Amino acid sequence: MPVEIDVTTVYIEDRPYPMDPEQNLLHQCLSAGFNLPYFCWHPALGSVGACRQCAVKQFKDEHDKHGRIVMACMTPASDGTRISIKDSEAAAFRAGIIEGMMLNHPHDCPVCDEGGECHLQDMTVMTGHDYRRYRFEKRTFRNQYLGPFLNHEMNRCIQCYRCVRFYREYAGGADFNSFALRNLVYFGRDKDGVLENEFAGNLVEVCPTGVFTDATLKRHYTRKWDLEFSPSICTQCSLGCNISIGKRYDTLRRVVNRYNGEVNGYFLCDRGRFGYEFVNSERRIRQSRLRTEAIGPDAAKRHLRDLVASNPGVIGIGSPRASLESNFALRALVGPDRFYAGIPSSELELLRLMLDILRSGPAGTPSLREVESSDAVLVLGEDVMNVAPRMALSLRQSVRQQPIEIAKRLHVALWQDHGVREVLQDAKGPFFIATSSATRLDDIATECCRGAPDDVARVGYAIARALHSSSPEPQDLADNQRAFVESVTNAFKMAKRPLVISGASYRNIGIIRAAANVSRVLPGATLSFITPECNSFGLAFLTGTSLEAAIKAKPTAAIVIENDLYRRLPAPEVDSFFSQCAHVVVLDHLENRTTTRAELVLSTATFAEADGTLVNNECRAQRFFGVFPPSETIRQSWQWLGEWENLDRVIADMSGGVPGLSGIAQAAPSAAFRMSGAKVPREPHRWSGRTAVLANITVDEPKPPVDLNSPLSFSMEGNPDQPPAALIPFFWSPGWNSAQATNKFQEEIAGPLRGGDPGVRLIEAGQGEGIPMASRAAESDEDARLSAPNRDRQGADAFNGALFASVPSAFQPRENEWLIIPLFHIFGSDELSRAAPAVAQLFPDPYLALNADDAAKFGAEASVMGRNLPVRVTPGLPQGVAGLPSGLPPLEGIMLPAWSGISRI
Amino acid sequence: MFSILQTMWNVFLHMFHRRVTVQYPEEKPYLAPRYRGRIILSRDPDGGERCVACYLCAAVCPVDCIALQATEDSSGRRYPEFFRINFSRCIFCGFCEDACPTYAIQLTPDFEMGEYHRPNLVYEKEDLLINGPGKYPGYNFWRVCGVQIGGKDKGESEREAAPADVHTLLP
Ligand code: SF4
Ligand code: SF4
Ligand code: SF4
Ligand code: SF4
Ligand code: FES
Repeated sequence: MPVEIDVTTVYIEDRPYPMDPEQNLLHQCLSAGFNLPYFCWHPALGSVGACRQCAVKQFKDEHDKHGRIVMACMTPASDGTRISIKDSEAAAFRAGIIEGMMLNHPHDCPVCDEGGECHLQDMTVMTGHDYRRYRFEKRTFRNQYLGPFLNHEMNRCIQCYRCVRFYREYAGGADFNSFALRNLVYFGRDKDGVLENEFAGNLVEVCPTGVFTDATLKRHYTRKWDLEFSPSICTQCSLGCNISIGKRYDTLRRVVNRYNGEVNGYFLCDRGRFGYEFVNSERRIRQSRLRTEAIGPDAAKRHLRDLVASNPGVIGIGSPRASLESNFALRALVGPDRFYAGIPSSELELLRLMLDILRSGPAGTPSLREVESSDAVLVLGEDVMNVAPRMALSLRQSVRQQPIEIAKRLHVALWQDHGVREVLQDAKGPFFIATSSATRLDDIATECCRGAPDDVARVGYAIARALHSSSPEPQDLADNQRAFVESVTNAFKMAKRPLVISGASYRNIGIIRAAANVSRVLPGATLSFITPECNSFGLAFLTGTSLEAAIKAKPTAAIVIENDLYRRLPAPEVDSFFSQCAHVVVLDHLENRTTTRAELVLSTATFAEADGTLVNNECRAQRFFGVFPPSETIRQSWQWLGEWENLDRVIADMSGGVPGLSGIAQAAPSAAFRMSGAKVPREPHRWSGRTAVLANITVDEPKPPVDLNSPLSFSMEGNPDQPPAALIPFFWSPGWNSAQATNKFQEEIAGPLRGGDPGVRLIEAGQGEGIPMASRAAESDEDARLSAPNRDRQGADAFNGALFASVPSAFQPRENEWLIIPLFHIFGSDELSRAAPAVAQLFPDPYLALNADDAAKFGAEASVMGRNLPVRVTPGLPQGVAGLPSGLPPLEGIMLPAWSGISRI
Repeated sequence: MFSILQTMWNVFLHMFHRRVTVQYPEEKPYLAPRYRGRIILSRDPDGGERCVACYLCAAVCPVDCIALQATEDSSGRRYPEFFRINFSRCIFCGFCEDACPTYAIQLTPDFEMGEYHRPNLVYEKEDLLINGPGKYPGYNFWRVCGVQIGGKDKGESEREAAPADVHTLLP
């Protein structure tokens, strides 16, 4: 999106710098590499001029020697502006501001979890305030319990208001605010309680002080400088947010945001930030076992090899939560024909269809940054907040896009956060949601339309039809549906960057087709699919055959990687599959029902111990690197399954052998990459205890482990320069110890990282009719084969010209049966975070969702699919439709949607 | 020849000079309290462990011979779960004492730490922690810092006002 911008010249200390007049001076000074202290300004939140910390001296012209102090964050970088940062009066002003902020600041740094990565510490040092002159009483506050994720220590607050601005205005939370008056401003909830917003964890990084700190980190507290970091990718949903993971003493200690301008920007969701704890879980498989006996790694590998050799019919079952490399290794071991996806066909076919739709375009699929700048959005059948949380945060910004035009017309600079909010008031751009039940984004929706999944699809088709007459017309729409269709159509016709979001949540092919139709008849539209898991698309690149096909193949031996089949299919089916399989090998990292059925269990690496590539929902292949040194007993799936020398060899084989994946090598530099002859150190240069951490075991310091798979080293030694964007283990820059150091790694503040944001797109907007862009020339034949079954499968509904033709018929409630649909929970639907204590605390209890009328027929409890569950009245569910929380134990493995009776108990 | 005799004469005269050789170990030299020898962890005047596990000593240590892990008691008071100094690496520079914000870690005038086995030079918290405040008798970090711990409520630290009443409307 780089648009033509005029460049103006701003003089700093009498030297000219080219600057963007659309921006403020603080933004531009930081972009130009100056160190200018600030607190209330945040690159994603804009300026409010509340803290007065960013003072600079501004001069009328070159003859003005007097100048006046202005706030850099509130002053536009207009042409010819002359400022001085160094000016002694400005410097004294800034030092005075810090001193004022520190009057009440407690003497806490040694026991403050922010210490060592505290923006307030950094700014205090930067302004040179080093001795306290204030001798009077300090103000104190009581803290609140804010849930399992955040600590609250209000004494440390400097009243910059960033937290409320993020929580309420950016993330749309309501249960957090600033209270009281004059010098007693309190930031918290009206009473103790779990913060409701799904992005509350970002306060850890947004708050420049130690008021909000990571409560999961506190349980095994380690300073930032003592953590060994790796660049990683969140595995807890399909968006692939970039994260830095920090480890010390053999446990994973924390997850922090790793800026990627195109994907997560500055923020993560709480599932991604706090779900990491499963890596340290008691349920981890740390030792391979043969039946019940522990077995050494070499013996285990030998056993696996013998088993494959003696069972020529052995099949492989892959997983959407395993990396491309691991899935590919299994595919290579058993052969592409005997490699199955490990997900039900109802899901796999949708994934393959989505890939096909994206390949053939013309609508491109947006990155989250592009989602944020969309000016009209239609969500078809997805509870975005609970399925792909970070996207919901982007959508909250997208509804500002149209109203912001008003601000532009009034010449209010867009970084003037309060100015813009004054203009906008409550105005929201067009945002439409069609789902089967209420969602967490309804509060910003222009209009919502509820209906059974088929009705959602029909509404989608109707919108496409209203936009273009060649799209098929659904008959007999209800009045409310008609009205909804009309509003969406009107809004879309006016929009410059419309966006359609859909996905596989309801396992409904009609919804996806309808979304494709809308995107295809709407010029300039983008289409975003939300996939169920972190590597769902990657898996769909590798195979087109489903788990049911694997079961039908009746193999004598099966190898399952990183997949609990009991979450995929009903237990009886999985049971019978395992009982007819003479040999079952399972590679996984947490004990689950599938591992109990295995003859051989191989202790496998989690994302924190592994290196690999994941393909996110926009088909962006992103590399993640492990933070644990290689271990004999815990190995990555591809290491158990094959004999590759290192990750790059797997990638080379895969990109040569699988159509569509030829680009993945570019996701990150190879293991041979060196900066001035050195690897990139995972440890900050202040990493402590090198000669003491192991001294209780041995006083001879062992040499650091060698990392064959990445250009990162397990040490503090290496090149201290900034590595390429895909390899940044953590953000740090001299004088900038906090997360604010991100500024120093960007080409421009809030822009891309230097050298471009990491990740490669495997499919680019509509380039090459059904042919993956990166491999068009070389693999077009292959690919034709790849997508042919999809088209066959669609049968009558093959692309009609470029549009899908078969409109589902309207949903008909049944007399004594309900259509049970899956309902998603950010905390609860995900498999691995169950083993993360903080997240698991917020899991709901299993329930049966019904609308008020239906619920009235049953008491407080009802029996469904053989289970007694409490009934929860869920707004929006249509008559005849019920819901069960998806993936929530013990409800996992139920194939939804499905028809079922519900009975009283 | 002459120079040899002169040398012998000089040596002979030395027999009547004052002796500077100290009969160590029978006789111990005086070492100032701020001498930089064996490191200890001290206790505050109330007998509590002074170290708050802030990791500053570990970070400043030029040979990286300090390792520890922070933990908290149920009242929120932070202390090291383990605290290890590898004296076979320590260069007794005293930076750790300098960095320590609580006066917990102190160097003492004891230098008699010779060992035949290097592993014996690895001291754990049990070996380091003494029963008194060491060189700095008065200081108690927890009486100054704003964090609430067992026995000290919010607003009870030195120069602290009582917790603000956020419901007041008085100007
Ligand atoms: S917020 Fe920062 S300055 Fe304040 S106590 Fe914590 S580390 Fe120290
Ligand atoms: S709690 Fe943090 S972010 Fe909020 S006003 Fe205080 S210092 Fe600023
Ligand atoms: S939105 Fe998804 S990928 Fe991003 S942090 Fe949350 S769970 Fe992880
Ligand atoms: S600097 Fe002092 S308080 Fe901090 S860890 Fe070391 S001994 Fe403990
Ligand atoms: S950053 Fe400019 S006033 Fe706060």
